[in-house]
Amino acid sequence: MSSVGCSEPKVQPLCSNCSFDVAAGHLQGERQSAVCFCRNMGSSSSDMKTVPNSQELMEETGFSAAHLFRLYERFEFLDKDNKGHLRPEDFEAVQELSTNPIRDRIIGSFFPPGQETADFPTFVRILAHFRPTEKSRTRGDQPEPANSSTGKLKFAFQLYDQDRDGKISKDELLQVLRAMLEMQVTEEQLQSMAERAIQEADLDKDKAISFEEFRKTLEKVDTDQKMSSRFMK
Amino acid sequence: MELFFNPFDNLLCILLGISFTVWFTLLLVFIIVPAIFGVSFGIRRLYMKTLLKIFEWATLRIERGAKEKNHHLYKPYSNAIIAKEPTSLEEEIKEIRRSGSNKDLDSATEFEMSDIFYFARRGVESIMDDEVTKRFTAEELESWNLLTRSNNNFQYISLRLTVLWWLGLLIRYGFLLPLRVTLAFTGVSLLVFLTSLIGLLPNGRLKNFLSEKVHLMCYRICVRALTAIITYHDSENKPKNGGICVANHTSPIDVIILASDGCYAMVGQIHGGLMGVIQRSMVKACPHVWFERSEVKDRHLVAKRLSDHVQDKSKLPILIFPEGTCINNTSVMMFKKGSFDIGATVYPVAIKYDPRFGDAFWNSSKFGMVNYLLHMMSSWAIVCSVWYLPPMSREEGEDAVQFANRVKAAIARKGGLVDLLWDGGLKREKVKDTFKEEQQKLYSKMLVGTQEDRSRS
Repeated sequence: MSSVGCSEPKVQPLCSNCSFDVAAGHLQGERQSAVCFCRNMGSSSSDMKTVPNSQELMEETGFSAAHLFRLYERFEFLDKDNKGHLRPEDFEAVQELSTNPIRDRIIGSFFPPGQETADFPTFVRILAHFRPTEKSRTRGDQPEPANSSTGKLKFAFQLYDQDRDGKISKDELLQVLRAMLEMQVTEEQLQSMAERAIQEADLDKDKAISFEEFRKTLEKVDTDQKMSSRFMK
Repeated sequence: MELFFNPFDNLLCILLGISFTVWFTLLLVFIIVPAIFGVSFGIRRLYMKTLLKIFEWATLRIERGAKEKNHHLYKPYSNAIIAKEPTSLEEEIKEIRRSGSNKDLDSATEFEMSDIFYFARRGVESIMDDEVTKRFTAEELESWNLLTRSNNNFQYISLRLTVLWWLGLLIRYGFLLPLRVTLAFTGVSLLVFLTSLIGLLPNGRLKNFLSEKVHLMCYRICVRALTAIITYHDSENKPKNGGICVANHTSPIDVIILASDGCYAMVGQIHGGLMGVIQRSMVKACPHVWFERSEVKDRHLVAKRLSDHVQDKSKLPILIFPEGTCINNTSVMMFKKGSFDIGATVYPVAIKYDPRFGDAFWNSSKFGMVNYLLHMMSSWAIVCSVWYLPPMSREEGEDAVQFANRVKAAIARKGGLVDLLWDGGLKREKVKDTFKEEQQKLYSKMLVGTQEDRSRS
């Protein structure tokens, strides 16, 4: 039987650069090697013209032009009715997010209190927290970059501290524990976990954890690595 | 002055008449007659080879042009923005804790404040990029197939390329599209007309024989109406009477592709309009399983009708698409277990489209049916491969879900598709809470587990 084109199913080769499988359909000749085009993510002026405020955002967040463009595509994808901004409901399109126990808090971090919409700069600024930490870029009067250790810790802190009063109360801690464990443990176990955690971290004995105490408790944890995502070149 | 125009008019009429006759004769000889007898001249394959050569040239030209002008080619979605760690929840949280404390892990305490790092990072990563939604957008191509809809780099590169593109446009919309529409029209109307005729015959061998021939012929005409170039593999495993044929679903065309190579009983909901007319006339010639809208919700009724049909060995094998929705042909999603519960032999079929010639995926949230058909008919061709896999039956001690997963894995492997656990229904609905519970269970096992150890020691 003559078979032309994709006759035998190829085991999808993995790109040696980014470890994702190469798209179907190879050309003859120079493109035979199993490398996808991930290295071609250079900046192109014709692409950047569609991303608003790209220069400022790049400087502020440290994202490269290519990454910013990808995030903009992602933003437009989530913004299904083309409103130009995101609402909490738009995040429901992300299926994997729904399995996350603290989903609501993560979505909430995109919407500061009082705000119901998130525009693209806000979107990118939050995501910038997960960029890998760079060697100190601070130039005196510049604000702390989002992806520094402090920035990452602040992000984690506000996941606990929902009322934004600067302290994690026992109640707030209980709420997080409840979200992460729900049906799996008893109320007593939850209470004891919360008690213990506060006892350990609370240095000034005010029954709540301030940001400094939070930072102190976690000073040995490798925040830089654990709160960073691996971005492709 | 009138005298001057008359011979001209006549000439025009004659010319038109001749071209129509030639057109229809060609149509008949090259397309309809082979369809009736199931033979092929090989024209479509020659067409395909030529097109491939042209595409290669076009892509290389674009890349060369882009290099000259120092633009970087942008390949959207050909890779992800981040690399996700494949480590499990337990490993990661232990890692975080290990780095944070000097204490021996066995006597490690329960909840740590840093545990939230894991969930936060995973959550934000999935916002930046996630597996499931990638499967529902059309697969991106490396080479450009002269359709602007699949190329984001379209800018002026060279005169030859632009001319080629315009030529392509002309051919596709001016020549191929009308040809295909005519064929489709012929095919469908023949189907309706002939099956209604056959319906008048008494039930018996003659009726079955004729119905088979008619169905095959009309589907073959439809296949040519789409210029579908199909390669069938392992035809010895073709589904037999009393079995259920399951296949992965990419577009409504899947039905035509499978049905032009064998006779199946279709399963589906009765629609109104043209679809309904076709369905009603088809069922006159041979028994298909059509449900009213109200009956679709009643699972028991559906299962009963299907098993009744399957047990009657004289009836054709049922064709079912268990994914329930159209996936973009890079992966196979979770199969609904209903069809695997019935207990009949299952004949899996894998369908893989070659995206170089035209994307067959129907993104029903983006395009309507008419729009989709128009896209299909104005693409170059639809090239796909069909693999018939050996029949499978439910084994001892296996429940419907496990059986469904086994079949799914076989189809994914054969077609070179990724076997995903996610439910295709997620495209429209929200994830059930069971998935969230799983994460919670994993986490609590870690914590409560250590607590029990402590209380014991």
